[in-house]
Amino acid sequence: MQVHKYDVVIVGAGGAGMRAAIESGQRAKTAVLTKLYPTRSHTGAAQGGMCAALANVEEDSWEWHTFDTIKGGDYLVDQDAAEIMAKEAIEAVLDLEKMGLPFNRTPEGKIDQRRFGGHTRDHGKSPVRRACYAADRTGHMILQTLYQACIKHNVEFYNEFYVFDLILVDTPEGRRPSGVVAYELATGELHVFQAKSVVFATGGNGKVFKTTSNAHTLTGDGMAIAFRNGLPLEDMEFVQFHPTGLAGLGILVSEAARGEGGILRNSDGERFMERYAPTIKDLAPRDIVARSMANEVREGRGCGPNKDYVLLDLTHLEPAHIDAKLPDITEFARTYLGVEPYTEPVPVFPTAHYTMGGIPTDIKGEVFENSEKTIPGLYAAGEVACVSVHGSNRLGTNSLLDINVFGKRAGVNAAEYSQRAEFLPIPDDAMEATEALLQNALSAHGSEKVGAIRKDLQDTMDLNMQVFRTEESINQALSDISALEERYANIAIQDHGKRYNLDLLEAVELGFLLQLAKVMSVAALHRQESRGGHAREDFPKRDDENFMVHSMVYEDPSSETAGIRQETKPVIFTHYEPMERKY
Amino acid sequence: MSTATAENTQDQTASEAIPSFDVTVRVRRYNPEVSEDAHWDEFQLTMYGTDRVLDCLHKIKWEIDGSLSFRRSCAHGVCGSDAMRINGRNRLACKVLLKDLDLSKPLTVEPIKGLPCEKDLIVDMEPFFQSYREIMPFLVNVDNEPERERYQSAEDRARFDDTTKCILCAACTSSCPVFWTDGQYFGPAAIVNAHRFIFDSRDQAGDMRLEILNDKEGVWRCRTTFNCTEACPRGIQITKAIAEVKKAALSRAM
Ligand SMILES: Cc1cc2nc3c(=O)[nH]c(=O)nc-3n(C[C@H](O)[C@H](O)[C@H](O)COP(=O)(O)OP(=O)(O)OC[C@H]3O[C@@H](n4cnc5c(N)ncnc54)[C@H](O)[C@@H]3O)c2cc1C
Ligand code: SF4
Ligand code: FES
Repeated sequence: MQVHKYDVVIVGAGGAGMRAAIESGQRAKTAVLTKLYPTRSHTGAAQGGMCAALANVEEDSWEWHTFDTIKGGDYLVDQDAAEIMAKEAIEAVLDLEKMGLPFNRTPEGKIDQRRFGGHTRDHGKSPVRRACYAADRTGHMILQTLYQACIKHNVEFYNEFYVFDLILVDTPEGRRPSGVVAYELATGELHVFQAKSVVFATGGNGKVFKTTSNAHTLTGDGMAIAFRNGLPLEDMEFVQFHPTGLAGLGILVSEAARGEGGILRNSDGERFMERYAPTIKDLAPRDIVARSMANEVREGRGCGPNKDYVLLDLTHLEPAHIDAKLPDITEFARTYLGVEPYTEPVPVFPTAHYTMGGIPTDIKGEVFENSEKTIPGLYAAGEVACVSVHGSNRLGTNSLLDINVFGKRAGVNAAEYSQRAEFLPIPDDAMEATEALLQNALSAHGSEKVGAIRKDLQDTMDLNMQVFRTEESINQALSDISALEERYANIAIQDHGKRYNLDLLEAVELGFLLQLAKVMSVAALHRQESRGGHAREDFPKRDDENFMVHSMVYEDPSSETAGIRQETKPVIFTHYEPMERKY
Repeated sequence: MSTATAENTQDQTASEAIPSFDVTVRVRRYNPEVSEDAHWDEFQLTMYGTDRVLDCLHKIKWEIDGSLSFRRSCAHGVCGSDAMRINGRNRLACKVLLKDLDLSKPLTVEPIKGLPCEKDLIVDMEPFFQSYREIMPFLVNVDNEPERERYQSAEDRARFDDTTKCILCAACTSSCPVFWTDGQYFGPAAIVNAHRFIFDSRDQAGDMRLEILNDKEGVWRCRTTFNCTEACPRGIQITKAIAEVKKAALSRAM
């Protein structure tokens, strides 16, 4: 076993992790542990843009942005956090520009801005141009630029190190982090990283679903590790299904396609969003568009041989305009569906895209251990975290913003805490849980294949926990998951070596997925209302009286609901009264 | 321009049932824990026309041989994890569709060349990233920071657009015969990324980068073989970018 000592350890090198590292690295001895090479992180797949009320092309204000974020999240947003994000957005974009990010420019040479779903002028009057972008590869440019800035600042990376456990120790003040346990892919060796502050930035868990825009590696590791250590997860029932995944594949076609004028049509050629959101139509928030599409298909107005998708029509746009603004996503349509977007509409259907819930944090990025108390020294930022700025439905372009604003905050606060704090001891049994986890998988001589169990999990989640849910469908998911857990106990691993044993790691990741699928289903079962990304057909209305609260779930073997206990945390209001969400 | 109507939308997208077919996949295997020698393994798979080479590898790993090792993440050509030699050409496994290949012969998959193989299709990327880091791949500007953004005209922005697309997959560098014989050569990817900053109007360290690339292992080793441009999954005009860097190095020397 190797032991390393750093003031701050950051887990994850996507946008949130690297933004944190840039701050922390300049203030304290910092290591970044990442299971992927930093530039492979899924932040690089983000396309459309990052919002900030720069007002470069038309009047705008961060207060309007705050309002849109809160309304978009169907009022489950913590309003103090949304206000901070919208305010600090401006600096966050300017920071990136100064680091070298090649934004598209206006004719005067300023950062250009475009429209995006749910972003409006003056509290919903009309769409506003707020998204800063670099063609349709904004995430790629953010990831590259942050990595470049990390190189400039000599940030220390441990690439292809998988973190599998968080070490928490009891102190007179309460539980505090003392480090993490990591597995080195190249050698199969375990390492302990002792640290005063730990930042989780491990991204989302979209791979619990079959149809998803997420990478194969987005298995929710950070969430599952926190949960296994007795920490709560917040609002896990809320998943964003992005309206425009390439049909059958889930690969994303950015909302920018609609921002630039693309139109959704059903089998009658009708622009059906006019019926569901008369004011902003195709640019309504994602949950609304996704449900409208699913409804069109359900009512028999889907397209294609199985009538199971709708069409995204760009054919009225000039090819030159498409090439300038949407080059990558139109190439995806050509490569993966063989469709020419200049002349043919693109088959699309909702795809699991973003996890609104996650590890609960306050506005400093500090992790909650229950509904009242945080753990100083322990931070989370990015998609793994729930601040909560997205509430029950994230607005497009607010995640690239979130990772920059709260990544920066987590990095600063982690470093500052480490300057006040002492190293805490690593308990003798710190590695026991991880050793057992790996040993169980390695010595398993069962008959079940990891790939088959994962596929069955994804199938049941797509079927029962997607855009529409009912008590019956959720219970079905839960009983399927519990059967899959039994099969998981009986898996077979074929690779027993130490070098690059990805067979073993996929087995561990599947364990995380199973656990999170259960967490999501239990949270969905408890929330007997429809709000944002969570649509219960048996409870079609939003119910502010009973459910204007965050859900907090804990592992608890004594609970009768799949060993998961449900509590709540109040939503923070500043000055926005809940209204009906109409567009 | 007219918009699509009911009739033509239906026709254009009504795809026929996707045909399946059999594929023979030969994969180069290497695991020094087991043997110092590499060998070929052959797999018979039933696949679909919409499948990609990455789907073949997944099918092998998930259903036949879990020990087959390769990197991948995004599965749609944006993360740069899965550059490999497919039928002798450097490609991203997630971007090659089976329907575009001649499947009457076995499909061959090997690791990219010129970087040490660690196991099966996984190579050591460290030397590649080392070259990248050496060309100072970050914006340098020592002027006082403006309060708002630095302005840049759309033309200045367009000047280096092509080279911003790089995903550091190494398909180019590991297809370069100069790099195969001389691992010290910076390689096309590093030059592409130097280009991205040298031609950025906001940057002030172009001279330093040109000096670094003027080294004997720098741009002058390029023999314009075009392998890199052919290999680049992002369609970057690499040879053109290298030529522009050469030209800038020359005019600086004068
Ligand atoms: C296709 C697509 C398009 C999108 N477009 C937009 C957009 O236009 N605008 C917008 O605002 N948002 C967009 N989003 C959402 C946004 O991109 C993501 O939410 C955001 O980038 C997540 O960043 P992150 O840093 O939290 O996580 P990631 O970028 O996913 O990084 C996670 C990191 O954690 C590491 N990691 C994970 N597990 C472990 C472990 N066990 N041990 C060590 N390291 C680990 C990984 O190596 C990786 O470095 C898009 C998302 C997708 C999928
Ligand atoms: S230039 Fe192209 S081939 Fe070379 S590393 Fe970049 S993306 Fe890959
Ligand atoms: S898996 Fe990301 S580029 Fe192929």
